[in-house]
Amino acid sequence: MRTNRAVSWVLLALGCLYFVLPLIGMVEFSLRMRRGVYSLDAYWVVLADPKFQSTFAYSVVVGLLTIVVGIFIVVPTAYWVRLRLPGLRPYVEFVTLLPLVIPAIVVVFGYIRLYNTSSFLPLTGSATGTNILLVFGYVMLALPYMYRAVDTGLRTIDVRTLTEAAQILGAGWGTIIARIILPNVLLAVLSGAFLTFAIVIGEFTMAALLNRPAFGPYLQFIGANRAYEPAALAVIAFVITWACMAMIQIVSRFAPKTSSRSN
Amino acid sequence: MTEAFLSIQHVRKAFGSTVVVQDFNLDVAPGEFISFLGPSGCGKTTMLRIVAGFEEPSAGRIVIGGKDVTNLKPNQRNIGMVFQAYALFPNLTVAQNIAFGLKVAGTPKAESDARVAEMLGIIKLPEFADRYPYQLSGGQQQRVALARALAARPKLLLLDEPLSALDAKVRLSLRDEIRQIQKKLGITTIFVTHDQEEALSMSDRIVVMHDGHAEQVGTPFEIYNRPATRFVANFVGTLNVLDGVVIDPIAATVRIGEREITLRNGALGAASAGDAVSLALRPEAIVLGRQPGRDASLSGQIADVSFLGSVIRVKVGVGQNAVSLDTFNNSSAQPPIVGDQTEISFSASDLLVLH
Ligand SMILES: Nc1ncnc2c1ncn2[C@@H]1O[C@H](COP(=O)(O)OP(=O)(O)OP(=O)(O)O)[C@@H](O)[C@H]1O
Ligand SMILES: [Mg+2]
Repeated sequence: MRTNRAVSWVLLALGCLYFVLPLIGMVEFSLRMRRGVYSLDAYWVVLADPKFQSTFAYSVVVGLLTIVVGIFIVVPTAYWVRLRLPGLRPYVEFVTLLPLVIPAIVVVFGYIRLYNTSSFLPLTGSATGTNILLVFGYVMLALPYMYRAVDTGLRTIDVRTLTEAAQILGAGWGTIIARIILPNVLLAVLSGAFLTFAIVIGEFTMAALLNRPAFGPYLQFIGANRAYEPAALAVIAFVITWACMAMIQIVSRFAPKTSSRSN
Repeated sequence: MTEAFLSIQHVRKAFGSTVVVQDFNLDVAPGEFISFLGPSGCGKTTMLRIVAGFEEPSAGRIVIGGKDVTNLKPNQRNIGMVFQAYALFPNLTVAQNIAFGLKVAGTPKAESDARVAEMLGIIKLPEFADRYPYQLSGGQQQRVALARALAARPKLLLLDEPLSALDAKVRLSLRDEIRQIQKKLGITTIFVTHDQEEALSMSDRIVVMHDGHAEQVGTPFEIYNRPATRFVANFVGTLNVLDGVVIDPIAATVRIGEREITLRNGALGAASAGDAVSLALRPEAIVLGRQPGRDASLSGQIADVSFLGSVIRVKVGVGQNAVSLDTFNNSSAQPPIVGDQTEISFSASDLLVLH
């Protein structure tokens, strides 16, 4: 029994080391820009770089747009499937999982073929068009997380009865979704949103192949050309991702109780 | 009857090949309280949902206030509805829940606030305005649901087993409260229940439903005392059903066990001598032993005695039939003893012919 426990702890420690050592190494390296002493020089250099500022801002905006567009697509869809097409749920779920099995590079080549300048919808012909394409690409990448989060949120409320209660009080679909459904799945939507943000902020493939000035390609560019700055950038990206995860935890901690059934 | 406020005309509803409601007809007067009473699966909820507009009838019409609403959506019908599962909006406070319909209708804020306050007064929860539904008990939630349904002053109120999720005590008090509010507001109401006591105590009229059709429509008194069919008699109250044989259809004499009894109530119809007939007799119409003033009697053997507190329920075997009756628990008298021979007597006019 005791040896069993000890073995478990040793394994756990090894596992932690496996994850933590590279991180420590990276952080340590990022602090060594100035010879002989630890300093934050690499971080200052990175943060002061106008390219960093513009690409980071670009990715933040794209991330937020992705979240908004994603909510507009996913919430009504998941709601409608639960309300009227429950038989279709497995299929819809399957479709939303496809981005996990189809590599982004395949998708983006598909996009470029489909929306090139000589196509019916020449999105890649202009910067705005390409930006739109990127946002929709990211919505698709985030679909597995967003859909599942929202669908799980919908499971906690009695969608059908609440819908009928609102209908008989005179509400139309817009009111029902905006005032009843969305507020009740808001926490689920938020956790999906933070995940989406974490994905978008560091995404490389789509942004690079669509030639957008995003943070992911900038990371790669710096990585190939500098010594200390990439480590600092990686730490920054890592912190952002973890902050998003922490936000999910915090948001669900402060979840108000919204059980519609009691007794 | 005055001009009907709600008229359900020849409504039929089938899901695929299963017919759930068939040829349902009902006229409801303004301000009337109607119960749909029937066992589980008989189509009560379906019929109510057709009135609300959540289900489309396969045939027939729904007319409310003289207007054919059969093709209107639920949100165009101006109906109040209370659901079994409360269905309060969990993200809104009590006051916001009650104001929901008013807000959708674009009622000015001052008017809406006043109406919410009035409603909170009516359901006796004025200090609960800012609570969320999860902070309320089941009975309180259902009262808020009632207030929400009534806030926009609908002309018709539908309630689908609103009390069945509550415990017995709350159910009783809320039953009275619903009836009081309904009378005060004079709102035409349909109340769905499978609890006969609820239906009998609250309703102006009861529709007893069976397999998707209205088996009998009548006042609680009529339904209880003059059930039209064997189903109604069995479903409403604990009824004794006696098997008899017709002796003379013209004189209305039947034989039960070894006795011949002349009926006073209900014709034998087209029955001829020798036909079997079912007769109903309520437990409270029967007394143990022979009694002056009771013109009919049967003999039998006491099969079972159970104490129910203030009354004693006695089962007597009469031929093939088991007859239940209640006697008062009289502490100075000897209680009936199982196995004893006995006589039971009743008025022939209490004996009903069932179809
Ligand atoms: N959407 C539907 N599709 C198929 N069958 C249905 C549907 N809704 C109801 N039914 C069937 O119709 C019948 C009547 O249902 P309904 O809900 O009206 O019964 P009820 O009298 O309200 O019963 P309960 O007292 O259990 O609520 C049931 O046999 C039910 O299975
Ligand atoms: Mg029902």
